[in-house]
Amino acid sequence: MSPRAACRLESLGFSAVYDYAAGKTDWTGSGLPTEGTHADVPRAGHLARETATCELTERVATARKRAGRGGVCVVTGAGGIVLGILSGKALEHDGDSTAEDVMAAGPTTIRYDEFLPDLVERMQKGGVGSIVVTRPSGQLVGVMQRGDAEELLAELHRAHHEHHAGADPEPADEPGVPPT
Amino acid sequence: MTNSIDQHDVRRLLDEESAQLVEVLPHQEYEQEHIAGAINLPLKELTPDSVGVLDRSRPVVVYCHDFL
Repeated sequence: MSPRAACRLESLGFSAVYDYAAGKTDWTGSGLPTEGTHADVPRAGHLARETATCELTERVATARKRAGRGGVCVVTGAGGIVLGILSGKALEHDGDSTAEDVMAAGPTTIRYDEFLPDLVERMQKGGVGSIVVTRPSGQLVGVMQRGDAEELLAELHRAHHEHHAGADPEPADEPGVPPT
Repeated sequence: MTNSIDQHDVRRLLDEESAQLVEVLPHQEYEQEHIAGAINLPLKELTPDSVGVLDRSRPVVVYCHDFL
């Protein structure tokens, strides 16, 4: 759509026209400022926590030390691109093994701009406790814990109902849930 | 030939050349969420009249959802 719009503007006499081809998806996926009715809906990226990382050639022992009590170490390549993940038994491997030897390659990740309500529901159904969050480029943002998201949504739910309790027989749209 | 640019270029044009950001998706999608500061000129409504809101002396950056 945008290439056609750019062409149309040029036909209308505009000389300095640029097409941001990667578009809104790229912008929101990078956590950049937006406006609109959905702009304040909480996203995965807002709750992503910094996590231990290592490179492919680093030893598991190093990854294990960095993971610490968090129990997770994300394997990244150039530019922080997510390549794999070390957790659980993988982190217990022989200290001479490299991250590449034992990592779970190509882990499931989600984008920064995933809406929390939908995401939490999917994580609950799948029994997933945490998930890696990335930018559109695949660059690591951090790891989001399902518990943090559940807590935030519960807090928003409580605040919304306290605000509307007894005040309005038909309360407005619930915060944290995109309006329909 | 249209100049295709990336996020870095968008931010540079906005910061350094006072570019005008235009979302060309339908109104409802714009209302839900748009890049901060963007105006809405849906593709179907791009006419000689509607583009009168744009300043021809400043760069214009158009965008939609993504590459598809």
